[in-house]
Amino acid sequence: MTWSATSDPMVSIKNVYKSFGSLDVLNGVTLDVMKGDVICIIGPSGSGKSTLIRCINALNDIQSGSILVEGLEVNDPNLDKLELRKKVGMVFQQYNLFPHKTALQNIMMAPVRVLKQNKKTSEAAALELLKKVRLEGKENTYPGELSGGQQQRVAIARSLAMQPDVILFDEVTAALDPETVGEVLQTIKELAEDGMTCILVTHEMAFAREVADHIYFTDRGIIVEHGPPETFFKDAKDPRTREFLSQIL
Amino acid sequence: MSYKTDLPVMLPVKPRALEPFKSLKKRHILLIAFLTIVGPSLVFAQTGEFEKSPLAILLDWTPLLLSGFLFNLVISFGAMALGTFVGGLLGLGQVSLFAPTRASSWLVTQFFRNAPWLVLLFFAMFLLPFELNIFGFKLPLPDWFKAILGLSLPVMANVSEIVRGAVRSLPSGQWEAAESLAYTRRQTLWLIILPQCVKRMLPPWMNLYSILTMATVLASIVGVSEVMTLTGRALAAEGGRTDLLAPFYGLVLVLFFIYCYPIARFTVWLEHKFSVIN
Amino acid sequence: MDFIFEWFRTLYSETGVNLPFIYDEYDRKRMAEGLLTTIWLSLICLFFSVIIGVIGAWLQGSSLKWTRRIVNGYIQLFRNTPPLVQLYFFYFAIGTLLPRVENDWGGTSPMLGSFAWAAISLSFFAGAFNVEIFRSGIEAVPKSTVEAAEALGFSRLQIYRDITLPLAFRVVIPAMNNNLVNLVKTTTLAYAIAVPEMLYEANQIWSDNVNVTEMMIFLLLAYFVLVGVLVAGMNKWERAMKIPGFG
Repeated sequence: MTWSATSDPMVSIKNVYKSFGSLDVLNGVTLDVMKGDVICIIGPSGSGKSTLIRCINALNDIQSGSILVEGLEVNDPNLDKLELRKKVGMVFQQYNLFPHKTALQNIMMAPVRVLKQNKKTSEAAALELLKKVRLEGKENTYPGELSGGQQQRVAIARSLAMQPDVILFDEVTAALDPETVGEVLQTIKELAEDGMTCILVTHEMAFAREVADHIYFTDRGIIVEHGPPETFFKDAKDPRTREFLSQIL
Repeated sequence: MSYKTDLPVMLPVKPRALEPFKSLKKRHILLIAFLTIVGPSLVFAQTGEFEKSPLAILLDWTPLLLSGFLFNLVISFGAMALGTFVGGLLGLGQVSLFAPTRASSWLVTQFFRNAPWLVLLFFAMFLLPFELNIFGFKLPLPDWFKAILGLSLPVMANVSEIVRGAVRSLPSGQWEAAESLAYTRRQTLWLIILPQCVKRMLPPWMNLYSILTMATVLASIVGVSEVMTLTGRALAAEGGRTDLLAPFYGLVLVLFFIYCYPIARFTVWLEHKFSVIN
Repeated sequence: MDFIFEWFRTLYSETGVNLPFIYDEYDRKRMAEGLLTTIWLSLICLFFSVIIGVIGAWLQGSSLKWTRRIVNGYIQLFRNTPPLVQLYFFYFAIGTLLPRVENDWGGTSPMLGSFAWAAISLSFFAGAFNVEIFRSGIEAVPKSTVEAAEALGFSRLQIYRDITLPLAFRVVIPAMNNNLVNLVKTTTLAYAIAVPEMLYEANQIWSDNVNVTEMMIFLLLAYFVLVGVLVAGMNKWERAMKIPGFG
C-alpha cells in the first residue's frame, strides 16, 4: 500500500490509445497499480473508464501503447489470453452469471474446465468462497432465484475461484437497488482488506473515500487528475475535476 | 419471486434478417441452375456416346414442363382460396364464446393439423366419388379437383390456427376498450379486432401459400398430371436415360425456387414492415 | 389376445367394418413394421437434422463471407423447393450417379437403399429449417454472458459448448417442437420411393382388402395419436429443461 519506487507495479499502463472506428475513446492513458492497491477510477460517462479496464484483460484491443500485467504484455499479438485471465479477474455490471447452472456450479465451472482442477477440490473451494461472500445455503439455487445483490456476490466469488492476482470491477453496483449496494460493497471491502489488488470503476464516492488507496479521474479519454482520497476530494486542482465532484457530491 | 434489480437473463428471440442478397440474386439463381442442370449433363457429355446433349433435350421438353408447372399453380390457387375461406370460418369458431362451437372448431383444426398432407390427399382422392349426383345432374369430379379439395384440408387447419393466433396476439386492452364503448362482440370482432389482425396474419399466410405450392407436387403420387408426372413421362419417353435425371429434376427444382424464393423474401420484408409499426 | 382379434373378425362379418391389420396376423405384422419404420425414420432424421442445424448455425457465425453465403444458399435452396422433388433428386439423380455394388445373387444394386436416401434427403430438408432456429437461439444469448465466460478464460469452443449451446437450446425448444412434428408428417413422402413406412403399408393392406375408408380413418387417427404423444413428450421435456427463475 505504499508507493515504493523499487518494486515493480502489478499493472502498468503506458500511453494507451484506443478508438472504436472513428471515435477516440482513450487518448494516452498512463497508470500504475502496485500490488495490494485499491484503485478507483471515476469520471463522467463516455470518458473511457469501462473501456480502460476492459483493455486490461484483453476484452478490447488497443491501437497503441502498452499494458503490462505482471510482466505479460497485453498488446502482444501472440499473447496467451488464458495466462492473462488466470491473473486478472473481472466482475461486470450485469453480473452475467450463467443462468442454467446453480450458484455452486457457476463458481466451480471455470476452475474445473479451464484450470483442469479436480472436481472435488473445486467444489470444496467453491463452498468456502460462498461462505466468504455470505451466501451459505445458496449453493443449489439458480441465478434467476437470487436477488441482484446476491447474484453480484456470486459473480465476485466466481472470479475469486480462479485465484487471480488483480480483480477488475466494472460499475458493479450501478444496477442494484440501494439496499443491496451495501452488501456488495462490504464484500469488496473485505477483499481489499485481505490484500487483493482491486481496480474499480465506480460512482460510489463514499466507498472510494473509505477504501481506495488512490483515485483517478478520467475525462474524454485521459487521466485529468489523480491522488489519494484525502487530498483528492478536498483539494482537487483541475477545474474539470472540481466541476465533476461538485455535481456528484 | 422476481426482483426489480434483475436485468434480463436472456434476450427475446428475434426473427433474423436475411443477409442482404440484393446484388447477388441473379448470380445465385444462375449458379444453382448451372450446378443442377448443366453440371451432371456436362459429366456425361464428355463421353460423346449420345447424339443430342441432355441440355438440348431438356430445352425441347421445357414448354411442356412449364405448362405442367402452371397447372401446379392453378391447383395452389384453388386450394388456397378454398382453404382460406373455410379456415377463416373455423378460426372464428375457435374464438367463439359459445363453448361447443369453440370445442368442435378446435378439435377439427387439431385433427387436420396433425395429419400428414399426403395422407389427407389420399383421403380426398380415394374417398370422394368420381362423380356427384345432385338432383339427377351428374357432376364429374376430375382428379385435379379432388386434389384441390384434398390440399385445402391442411390449408384450412393452418389458416384456422393463424386466425386464432392473430386474434389472441392482440392486447386485451383492445377488447376492453371496445366493450366500454358498448360495441357488441360481433361489432368488436369485425370492426376492431379483425382489421388489426389482417396485418399480423399476412406473413404466416404467405408462408403457408409457399408451403402449399411446394406441396402440389404430392398430387403426382396420386396420379394428377402436373409437372412431376409430366417429368416422369418425359424421362420415360426419352428411354430412361440416367444422365437426363439430374437436368430434368433440376429444372423442376429451379422452377419452384424461382417462384417461391421471391415470395419468401417478400414475406420477410412484410414481417419487418409490420413489426416496426406495431 | 386371440379373442380380441376374433372380435374384430366378427365385427367385419357383422357390420362390414374391415380392420384386417388387427385380426390378420400377416397384416398386423406389416402394419407394426410400418409404424416402426416411420418412428425409426423420424428419429434418424431428427438426429441428423439437429447436427446439421448446429454445424450450420456455427458456420453462419463465421467471419468468412463465402462460408456464410454457402450456408445461406443451402438454406434458401432447401426451404424454397418441394421436399418431394429433393427426394427424387437425391434418390434418382444422385443415386444413379453413385457406383453400384455387388449384391448376394451376383447382380449389382445401388449402394444406398431407398430408406437411406429418404433419411439423407429429409435430414437436409429439416436441417435447413433448424439452422435458422439455432442461429436465432444463439443470438438470444446475451453478449455480456459470453464476455463473462471469456473473462474467466474459457476458449471459444468451450464457450460454445458449455454456455451458448445449452442456453440457446432451451430458447429454441418450442420452435424445435414444431419442426419435429413437421418432420414426422414429412416422413410420409418416403412412400414415393417405396420405403415401407406406415402409409405404404396401409396402401398395401387396402390394395389387398379393398377397405380404403377404414384404413384412411385409421391412418388419420394413428398420426393424430403419434403427433399428440410427441407434442406431449416435448412439452414435458420443455418443462424439465426450464431454467428456474427465468421466463
